[in-house]
Amino acid sequence: MSDTIAHLKRGEQATIVSFNEEQVPLKLLEMGCLPGNVVMMMESAPFQDPIYLNINGTYLAIRRETAQQIIVKRHG
Amino acid sequence: MGKSINVSLIGNPNTGKTSLFNRLTGLNQKVGNYPGITVEKKEGICKLDRSLKAHILDLPGTYSLNTSSLDESVVVETLLNKNSKDYPDVAVVVSDIENLKRNLLLFTQIKDLEIPTILVINMADRMQRKAISLDIELMEQELNTRVVLVSARKNIGVDDLKKAISEYKNLKSVPCVNASTIDPEYFETLRKAYPKQSIYKLWLVITQDVNFGKIDRNRDLEDLKSSSFAVKSESDLKKMQHKETVVRYQFINSLLTKVLNVDKSQAKDLRTRLDRVLLHKVWGYLIFFVILLLIFQAIYDWSTYPMDWIDTFFAKASSWAQTSLPEGPFTDLISEGIIPGLGGIVIFIPQIAFLFLFIAILEESGYMSRVVFLMDHIMKKFGLSGKSVVPLVSGTACAIPAVMATRNIEDWKERLITILVVPFTTCSARLPVYLIIIALVIPEQEVWWIFNMQGLTLMLLYMLGFGAAIFSAWVLNKILPIKRKAFFVMEMPAYKLPMLKNVGITVLEKTKSFVLGAGKIIMAISVILWLLASHGIGEQFTNAEEIVKEQYASQNLSEEELTNKIASQQLEHSFIGYIGKGIEPAVRPLGYDWKIGIAIVSSFAAREVFVGTLATIYSVGSDEEETIKNRMRAEVNPILGGPLFNFASGISLLLFYAFAMQCMSTLAIVKRETNSWKWPAIQFTAMTVIAYFAALAAYQILK
Ligand SMILES: Nc1nc2c(ncn2[C@@H]2O[C@H](COP(=O)(O)OP(=O)(O)OP(=O)(O)O)[C@@H](O)[C@H]2O)c(=O)[nH]1
Repeated sequence: MSDTIAHLKRGEQATIVSFNEEQVPLKLLEMGCLPGNVVMMMESAPFQDPIYLNINGTYLAIRRETAQQIIVKRHG
Repeated sequence: MGKSINVSLIGNPNTGKTSLFNRLTGLNQKVGNYPGITVEKKEGICKLDRSLKAHILDLPGTYSLNTSSLDESVVVETLLNKNSKDYPDVAVVVSDIENLKRNLLLFTQIKDLEIPTILVINMADRMQRKAISLDIELMEQELNTRVVLVSARKNIGVDDLKKAISEYKNLKSVPCVNASTIDPEYFETLRKAYPKQSIYKLWLVITQDVNFGKIDRNRDLEDLKSSSFAVKSESDLKKMQHKETVVRYQFINSLLTKVLNVDKSQAKDLRTRLDRVLLHKVWGYLIFFVILLLIFQAIYDWSTYPMDWIDTFFAKASSWAQTSLPEGPFTDLISEGIIPGLGGIVIFIPQIAFLFLFIAILEESGYMSRVVFLMDHIMKKFGLSGKSVVPLVSGTACAIPAVMATRNIEDWKERLITILVVPFTTCSARLPVYLIIIALVIPEQEVWWIFNMQGLTLMLLYMLGFGAAIFSAWVLNKILPIKRKAFFVMEMPAYKLPMLKNVGITVLEKTKSFVLGAGKIIMAISVILWLLASHGIGEQFTNAEEIVKEQYASQNLSEEELTNKIASQQLEHSFIGYIGKGIEPAVRPLGYDWKIGIAIVSSFAAREVFVGTLATIYSVGSDEEETIKNRMRAEVNPILGGPLFNFASGISLLLFYAFAMQCMSTLAIVKRETNSWKWPAIQFTAMTVIAYFAALAAYQILK
């Protein structure tokens, strides 16, 4: 199974590989969540939901269920 | 009179659009609603030079022109409709130097609509600290437009911006990204069918409803929707929008590598360190809790001083009117109807101002998004999101500012649910009622050594209110047939010191909109209530004075006692008295008599009236608590005998007040915020029905 954003630990970085186009809102793409961009996990709330990320320089929070749709490749 | 042009301020949320708007217009602004919808519309005037004025419209913050909320669709509607009176002569796109990449997405879209566009890069004051440098000239060439560096906070570059706006005629309206590359064939046919229109505009009209339900508004391209161009399936259109986003980012990335230089090693990050603490799984919640306590303290405690002054002032004004105006019904109307009515509006101003002061500070500083982040998981379970937390908590002070605070919630369903359930939370107006009834029917007893029965009851009532709110949110989420955005994406803004000017203007605007909006309705209803309470028909009312004097002739009452007796005789036989008697059969199963009935009816104006009304009925001159309490304790149940206020009827009353929607000011503000009488009507009915049956059950079980 491949990693998703929901698998990242605090401070960990990864590159976005792909995501399910139907499940990920356009809004997220507009905020820079596009394949090839780097994502860093900043913090997560209890129960890992929501998750606070830095994607491509933009700081944003998404819910766990959305994070699970975005497949990433961990750095290092 | 000089010429006036339309300028629209457009930008991502948190780019400082509102700060810039405040800079440009000062207090020369007005806030209203877009016709038919609840989105706030901010307009203002700015003098550019001697012969040119700009009519500035601050559009809601949006990330792109692909609409997914009401706010965003307002922006698109304004930009698409050439016939609209708001259609801009110049679009000013506000961006934030630290988020330039994302901000430019919206800019490229607007530019492609072939509207003359100026790019403002705000927060220039942060460039040095963040070691950012930017080649403005090259950027102007590449984007084919004017680019102005501004700091709304430090008031830098605002005059350059004014100058750039006044030279709007020189702006070139040519697109910068060729969107048609995502499907050349499709776009070619479009171009042939509508050769005069901007191709991107056509595309926007076609895709507008994909992510968001349509709102009806006249538009010059209405026929396009039904034409053969809409044949693409929704998911095809969505894929094309995805592609479009990618194409735009490619353009932006290649632009920024040429013009922008950030020395990353220089950047110190305050954000990361602060977020470690403020979003900590333990400390984060603790800090939030302390901040809440502080806000409570302010709303509960600090605002009592100005509220007392206001109260005294209006009481004085009323008695002044009574004594110095010529006697007659008109003076009565002024002194007993209009002045107290006005007082009933003004009295809320301190609480509203305090709450919005805090909210504005929390929002300006960037902390509010952290609260949303902390609370989202819990609230999600009830069909709400983290954004409903602030209104629900403020509701414990007063539902009116709480309902107004729901404006931050973008999703309409979520916002509506929050508005509908907020009045369940125990507001300060319920407190006097709770206190007096608890004192009457709950024994002052220690339980488990440290807790006091009465205090425990009060706490339970608070929990009951909160529980009722959360539970009804859950139910409403299940039954309301409104489509919601199924996702949650929230930007986490940088921490900033709040700007005084912004905070001040927010507090002023909110307070003003309360006084002008809800004020009218509160005023009208208090005058009606006064009319009902001070007028009646028949012997018993008109001759109240003689009847009472006769009745007590032997008892040698003091002047004051006599006046009180007359007042209560009049109230009993006034219209409202008849109403009380009329509803007695309905309230008897709850354990009340007609007097409590009247108190309940008049409480529909405002709960705190309960004690005052009982005071009048029992003809206790002052509404000082001790005396009323004794008087209430002595009251006997006319049918069953025994004290009227016993455990069963007391609990029944407490429950009734916990659930019933007895506050016309809240109803008025709900009407204002939802733009229809439908929701306040539903809210009123549902809450009152719940209250009635809860009280009924309690009394019947306990009696
Ligand atoms: N450092 C700095 N901060 C600024 C500047 N302009 C605005 N801010 C801050 O940026 C934050 C957002 O400003 P707003 O004016 O509320 O932004 P907005 O774009 O209207 O945001 P929305 O109302 O959410 O759409 C506030 O904390 C402002 O104090 C600026 O020039 N420099």
